[in-house]
Formats: sequence, structure tokens, C-alpha cells
Amino acid sequence: MSKIGVFVCHCGENISSTVDCAKVAEAAGKYDGVTFSVAYKYMCSDPGQTIIKNAIAEKGLTGVVVASCSPRMHEPTFRKACAEAGLNPYMCEMANLREHCSWVHEKGEETTQKAIDLVRVLVEKIKYNHSLNPIKVPVTKTALVIGGGIAGIQASLDIANTGHKVILIEKDPSIGGHMSQLSETFPTLDCSQCILTPRMVEVAQHPNITLYTYAGLESLEGFIGNFKAKIRKKSKSIDEKICTGCGLCITKCPNKKIPSEFNEGLGNRTAIYVPFPQAVPNKPVIDRIHCTYYTKGKCRICEKVCPTQAIRFDQEDQIVEAEIGAIVIATGFTVKQPDFFPEYGYGKYPDVITGLQFERLASASGPTLGEIRRPSDGKIPQKIVFVACAGSRDQAKGIPYCSKICCMYIAKHAMLYQHKVHSGKSYVFYMDIRAGGKMYEEFVRRAIEDDGVNYIRGRISRIYEKNGKLIVNGADTLLNAMPVEIEADMVVLATAGVANEGAEELAQKLHVSYDPYHFFAEAHPKLKPVETNTAGIFLAGACQAPRDIPESVAMASGASAKVAGLFSQDELTREPLIAVVNRQPAPVYSSCVGCFLCISACPYQAIEKEELRNRNGDLIRSVAKVNPGLCQGCGTCVAFCRTKSIDIQGYTHEQVYSEVMALFNEF
Amino acid sequence: MADFEPKIVAFVCNWCTYAGADLTGTSRIKYASNVRIIRFPCTGRIDYMLLLKAFDEGADGIMVSGCHPNDCHYTSGNFHARRRWIMFRSLCDFMGIDIRRIIFSWVSAAEGARWADIVNTTVASIRELGPYDEYRKIAAKPIMEVENHG
Repeated sequence: MSKIGVFVCHCGENISSTVDCAKVAEAAGKYDGVTFSVAYKYMCSDPGQTIIKNAIAEKGLTGVVVASCSPRMHEPTFRKACAEAGLNPYMCEMANLREHCSWVHEKGEETTQKAIDLVRVLVEKIKYNHSLNPIKVPVTKTALVIGGGIAGIQASLDIANTGHKVILIEKDPSIGGHMSQLSETFPTLDCSQCILTPRMVEVAQHPNITLYTYAGLESLEGFIGNFKAKIRKKSKSIDEKICTGCGLCITKCPNKKIPSEFNEGLGNRTAIYVPFPQAVPNKPVIDRIHCTYYTKGKCRICEKVCPTQAIRFDQEDQIVEAEIGAIVIATGFTVKQPDFFPEYGYGKYPDVITGLQFERLASASGPTLGEIRRPSDGKIPQKIVFVACAGSRDQAKGIPYCSKICCMYIAKHAMLYQHKVHSGKSYVFYMDIRAGGKMYEEFVRRAIEDDGVNYIRGRISRIYEKNGKLIVNGADTLLNAMPVEIEADMVVLATAGVANEGAEELAQKLHVSYDPYHFFAEAHPKLKPVETNTAGIFLAGACQAPRDIPESVAMASGASAKVAGLFSQDELTREPLIAVVNRQPAPVYSSCVGCFLCISACPYQAIEKEELRNRNGDLIRSVAKVNPGLCQGCGTCVAFCRTKSIDIQGYTHEQVYSEVMALFNEF
Repeated sequence: MADFEPKIVAFVCNWCTYAGADLTGTSRIKYASNVRIIRFPCTGRIDYMLLLKAFDEGADGIMVSGCHPNDCHYTSGNFHARRRWIMFRSLCDFMGIDIRRIIFSWVSAAEGARWADIVNTTVASIRELGPYDEYRKIAAKPIMEVENHG
């Protein structure tokens, strides 16, 4: 006979304001098998947990139903409390009275009745719960970091410095990411490359880091501590071991007019190239889409000039298989291409550029060697307009969120422009200035007060060309929406930061969730910002939401601490909520008839054939067997099984059917 | 049927719809209180005999909801659920079970508002259909009796 305790939580007023908790406890107390029921203000608090522990000890409870918040929130808390009182943690279930009841319904009879129903369902379920013991699995102490921007670099270094192996993969020929493209960084105006490149070199030289550039994740299998990754190393068409990085091939390549990705199209590169002079690794790759040999079948000049014969035209993509224990996603973001603003004329007027293009103009390593010159005629612009929120915070453009970094980098751009062109005038059209951060507001004030940048609160309606000038039409909303017209030489659009194009596909490969904007979703917005819903996979940087450099670095270090914590254990304990094939005494052995439909249904190849033999070693028959190390507990096999021979612990047939039957007892 | 309160049970997966319904809660979006959620690890786990059991026990409507295609926490459970649903749907239709009373949907962990929306439309449409007495009439008869009359 079950002795079940029901513990109803008020959650302060979160539950009790719409649900009559005392009534729920009273109703629960009358159910068959319930020997104790109580309502308390905060069940998760120390005194609340003590009530549970005491009841287990004093009443000899065999099952505990906690009616409080979502089990996704506090199930581990209450299971731990039960375990401490000597009750198997899997004899504890939670009824979700907060997220699924009190927060979503008005106060009233129906709401309390729903709460009672939810409790009753679990009271009946728990009668069929069994004591379960956690499964132990080994941990592979190698981390995979995806993306070699500042977040990926920081995460790799932090993990490598704890003494664990790291594999860093980067899709581009060099690590460095967006940060390597920046001129100076806010709010200190220190040179981006000067602080970044030493880190890049450190990554390349670190004994614990294996760096694969020009590579991507092909597929991922397994689970926390035991992932198997396939990494595709795209062919670079050179032998990296022989290449010395002398760069002779680059100077001789005849195909010199390819828009440089690194310079955001403002400069050109060759078909065999290193993205930028400080690239790590500093060895060229051949861009097969543009290379004359691959497109037209002849050229091979690089091969002729290479002093070490390192060119390999026939090189193929390589698949590297690696055993991985944890993954840090640091794939970053991209800026929305502004061609979806026909009214701003991007693409039509060469002097309407993006913020990232301005970074290249202002950078000493950029196409103009750090002089601000307009792309159309190379003249120094005397009037420049910066447009904030180009796409961001715009429902109509499908990007209702704030891109976060733009307010700061516009202030920086305007400041850099004023420092370089003393006679110039700069205007910033903004919606609000969002400068939350250490020394951020001061930085914006400096741009306005010390450097004389004109901030105009208002939006731009149209930009058009007239007599070689860009006419910017806007309104000043602080002056009663007075129309403003500025004859500018150049316009910089602070376009929205958006998720990478392949983000959705990568999320599906990794089985992590993503938000409506295709940024990767964190496990909890406040308390688990660097974890994903998939155990063992962590997030760093702007792949989760628009982030600036300090935040990306902080996230990367946070994710690394999580990885290090994971790697500090030799064995992991896993939830035993997995499938099992029933076993009975001879001569039945198992009700499994060996159709093996489950094998084809299992996404994890966790089910295998097992031969049942008698004492003489004669084969009786083959039945299915679940490998507990591989089973993830989805239960797809359970629904497939024709003879109901396979069942999933925690959601057994007995449990779910009794839930349904219990529900309609009174509902 | 204005004063009729339908009884609806929702079979949802833990990773998407259950979490999505949690988000509805954290976002304090109000919806009709006629639905009781039963949690499963994955829609792939849902044995559709449970749906019949629920009708048997007195449900007026049933919701099945999980992750969007390609977003399954277990890679492919929702695809199995979908295929099974296509088969089961025709079977139900053939057997004379009102398939308008089974609502199949995808709700992700980020779609709190969508969950509230789907619940409200489901409750409204089931209310329109009225209590599922037909099923109970068929099911209440012992098999022998049906045969004798047949």
C-alpha cells in the first residue's frame, strides 16, 4: 500500500493568489494512498524542504508529490530533498500548479479544480513509480569549440589552460572573427587588433589546442561526456605542413579583383589569399569559386612560383572524427545586409555604407590605411550622417529587438571621424541612446560634448543623390517632428545584428533550440545563460543574442568554467529514465517477439539484438536489448512495440494510463 | 452549447510544448482552464491507444503537441509521431471517431503565446462541437450487446 505525501506550495502569492492551496491539500488528502498532505508558503525554501524530509521520516512515505512550479525548474531540488531523507529520488513527482495553472488562469473555482486535477493525476502516477538508480557514464575530457571569434578564442584558451584538450574549428581561413575587422574598440578606443592578435597567436601555439580553420561541423552524435563529432576540413588546396607562408603565390596570382570579405567588399583580394596580414594560421587558401584554374581549367601560376611546391590542386575535403566531452558554440552573428532598405539607397549609392564597412575605412589595416575616404571617389567626406537602428527595433522589418552594440559603435565612429577629419561635421540620427555598461554613457557624452557630434533624435525617411551629395531627409522629434535635411557626403547605416545564415541548420545538428530570430536559446534566461537545453553544450558570445566584446568574453569564460566543471569528474551520473525490454523467468524469458521494429525506430542506435540461450548454449530466440549508455529516453521504441515489451522508465504504460484514468475520475 | 465546459487533455513533449506552456506561464498570458497537460518525454513516446483511452474515460477533445519538425530533442521522435498520426487519423475517421476532436500541433519552447492561442481555439472549437456523447454511447455498450443488435 502506497503512503503518499502531497506538498502544496503557495509560492509566496504566485500560486495562492489564484488557487486555493488549502483546498487543494485537503482534496489531495482524501485520495486513496495519500497519508499526508499539507500546504506551505515556500516549499523550495529550507523550512519547506524540511517539512518534506520530516514527513518522509515520520510518516514513512513511499512517494512524494510536490505541487508547485514547473518540474523543469525545481524537480532536481525536490528529488534531492527526498534522497536526503532516504527516499529514492525517482519516487518524487511534481505537479505544475504555477506555470500551467495559477499564472495562466484567473482566480476561481475552475482554477482550483484544475490544480486538484493536476495533483490527482500525479498521485495516481506515483503509485506505479519504481526506485531507480542513476546511470554512470565516463567523460571524454576534450572540448569542441565551434567558431574562432573572440568568444571562441577566449573559451578555447580558458579550457586549454585548465589542462584539458580543445579542438577549435573555424569556418574561415583565419580565426579572429568580427573583432579582427574592427578599428578601435569602445569605450577605451584601444586598437582591436592590438588586443586580439596576441590571443590568436596564443591559440595557435597552445599545446592543448588543435586548430582547424576552413572547417565546419559535419555531424554530431552521442550525449554529454560522450559526443562523437565529424569535422569537415575543407580543402585549402595547399599542403599546410610544407607551406612556409611566404606569400609569393599571393603576389603572383593574376586574379586580383575579388571583393575581400575581410574588408567588407571595400577592397579586393586574390584567389589564393590570406584574409588579412595578421591571420592565424598565416597560410593561404585557394578560393575555388574564383580561382581561374578551377573555373577555366588553366593558370596554375601559384604552383609554378611556390618555392616549396606546397600547392595541391587535387586536395580533397577531409573528414576528421573526434571524441568530445563538451561543446561550446561560439559562432557569432552577422550584420543584416542593408539591401532591404530601398529608401536608404544602399547598393545604389556607393557612399551609403554599413557600420562594419566604416570600421574597415577607419582601420589602419583597411583599404584606405585608416583614412576616412568615401568609396565612390576617394574624397574625404566633410559631412557624414550615421543612422542608428537601421533595421533594429523595427517590427516592420521583422527585427523587433535592439541590436545592442550600435549605439556604442556609432558614438565611436563619429568620434573617430571627428579625430581624423577635424573640419568635418557628423550627425547621428537615433531613436534612443542605449549606453548601459561600464564607462559607456560617459563615452557617448564625450562624443557629444567634447567632439561635437550632432545627435538628432529622429528617423530618416529617405536618402537620395543630388549634385553629387546624398540628401538625407529626416525629422527631429525633439523639435515637434520638424523636417531636417542634410546634404551629406557619406551615410553610415548601423544595420541590425542578426543570427548567422546557417544557425538553424547548426542548431539542428547539435539538437539545441533557437529563438524566433534564430539565435541559439539559453537553458534559462537568467540562471543558465551559457547552457543550452542539451546537456554538455554551452553558448558563448553573439550566437545567443547581440553581444559586445566584454560580454562575449565574459560568456566564453563562463562557458569554460562549466566545461571545466564537467571535466573535473571522471564519471557522470545520468538520469535513469531510459527504455528497458521486459524480462521474465524461463520459459517465457521476455514477451519480446523479436520483430526489431524498435531498432529501426531508435534514433541513437541504442537497441541491439540479444540472443537468449539455454543452459546448453542452444539458441532459444533473439530479443531486443537496450544499451543504457546510449539510450536517451525518448520512448519512440515504446510506442512502436507491437507486444508492449519495451517500456520507458518514468513514463511507463502503467504510469501514463493511470494518469489518463485518474484525470477523468473527477474531471 | 454556451455553458458547456469541454474536458480536454493535452499530451505534450517535455522539451518543446511543455516548456512552451511554461513560457506562457512566465509571460502571464491567460488562457482557458479546460486543458490538463500530461507530460511525455517526446511525442514519439505517445502511444495513440492513449487517445482512445482518453475518449473512453470521458475526454471531449484531445491535444497532441511537440517540437516543430527538425527541432526534436531526440532528432526524429516528432516525425514518427506525425507519421503515426496520419495513419491513426484515417483509422479514427474510418471507425467513426470525430477527428475534429483531436488537435495535433507543434509548439516550440519559445512559443508561449502560440500555446495560449492554440488552447483557446481548441477549447472554442470543442465547445462548438459539444460534449462527445456519441463516443460514450458506442463505448458504453458491451461488445455482446452491439453484436446482438448488429
